[in-house]
Amino acid sequence: MSPGTYIQLTGPNGSGKTSLLRILCGLLAPAEGKIKWNGANIRSLGEEYVADVTYLGHRHGVKEELSALENLRITNALNGVEVSIERALAVLKEMGLAGRESLPARLLSEGQRRRVGLARLLVCNTKLWLLDEVLTSLDKGAVALVRSLIENHLTGGGIAIVATHQELELSAGHTKRLELTT
Amino acid sequence: MLRWLVWRDLMLAWRRRADMLSTVFFFVIVVSLFPLGIGPETQLLRTIAPGVVWVAALLASMLSLGRMFANDYHDGTLEQLLLTPQPLFLVVLGKTLAHWIIAEVPLVLIAPLVGVQFDLSSETLRILFVSLLLGTPVLSLIGSVGAALTLGLRGGGVLISILVLPLYIPALIFGSGAVEASIMGTSPAPHIYLLGAFAIVSLLFSPWAAAAALRISLE
Repeated sequence: MSPGTYIQLTGPNGSGKTSLLRILCGLLAPAEGKIKWNGANIRSLGEEYVADVTYLGHRHGVKEELSALENLRITNALNGVEVSIERALAVLKEMGLAGRESLPARLLSEGQRRRVGLARLLVCNTKLWLLDEVLTSLDKGAVALVRSLIENHLTGGGIAIVATHQELELSAGHTKRLELTT
Repeated sequence: MLRWLVWRDLMLAWRRRADMLSTVFFFVIVVSLFPLGIGPETQLLRTIAPGVVWVAALLASMLSLGRMFANDYHDGTLEQLLLTPQPLFLVVLGKTLAHWIIAEVPLVLIAPLVGVQFDLSSETLRILFVSLLLGTPVLSLIGSVGAALTLGLRGGGVLISILVLPLYIPALIFGSGAVEASIMGTSPAPHIYLLGAFAIVSLLFSPWAAAAALRISLE
């Protein structure tokens, strides 16, 4: 895969989209074959590979007891990116969460929680994005936002692999489609 | 990184204070039931005190172990923690440290107070405090392996007890042994040293074992 590649994973439920993404990020060991990153097996690269990857699963990884602001800052700090409060507030505003930064995430709607999870994409500086069904429960505005995020990422030389049932018509990068069957 | 992880877990625990308090109350109540049931026989109470307080501490830590990874597992943050760019054993170590501060330190602090019910001398209470201070990290460390192994299983709570309680036996023997020695008027030092050695051994092995168990549980 060359920089600027966007791969859209499609396929019926149970065809293995999530499993493929989990194998690609190293959570799951492949039954056979190897995943290579810059020519080296990801198993031997370990943390070095993980530092290049952002994986968002269909469980959004947002802590219900923490506010949107705390969620964003802590997740990024754990990934080695310390975000200042001002920057985090600006990012959340861009994600359409202005005024809700300090509410515990359990008071937010499903779509808003999803937006909190996606806010990470604005601050991380990873090369490979693995996004699993991230468009579920998002409104049209948010889908457009995700599209522009991915476009910017591709223009900057990143790679994105997205499992989704919705078509994302991207204007940047080159799109490939991978259809899985059961 | 470790700092952020521990801080995050402490903040989560603070937002769910009820969970933390229930462990402490369980410990206090279990320990208090014995003097109430046995009556004011100070000699007998002094004899059983070390075992009762230590067993109550073991059982109380069982209550909180199930939550160590389960909450993070259910909302997907555990996957994200596995994908952070640092060795997994450090993540486990951070979570174990947080568990110790949240669930065990309150027990250690309150133990000398509940120990008064057993007519223990102030010197013995001090030894009780020291033995728990050295012994409770063992409970968190070994417990983390059990918690990681039973992650996502139904009835995991009972399974954790069956897996982990037998491994607690050395800590129980040396911990209550130290207090007993102090009651008998002999030196508790050998027991304390052995307890310390056991704590170091579990610190060396548990994070790796728990990290491996987590990888298996999340596949």
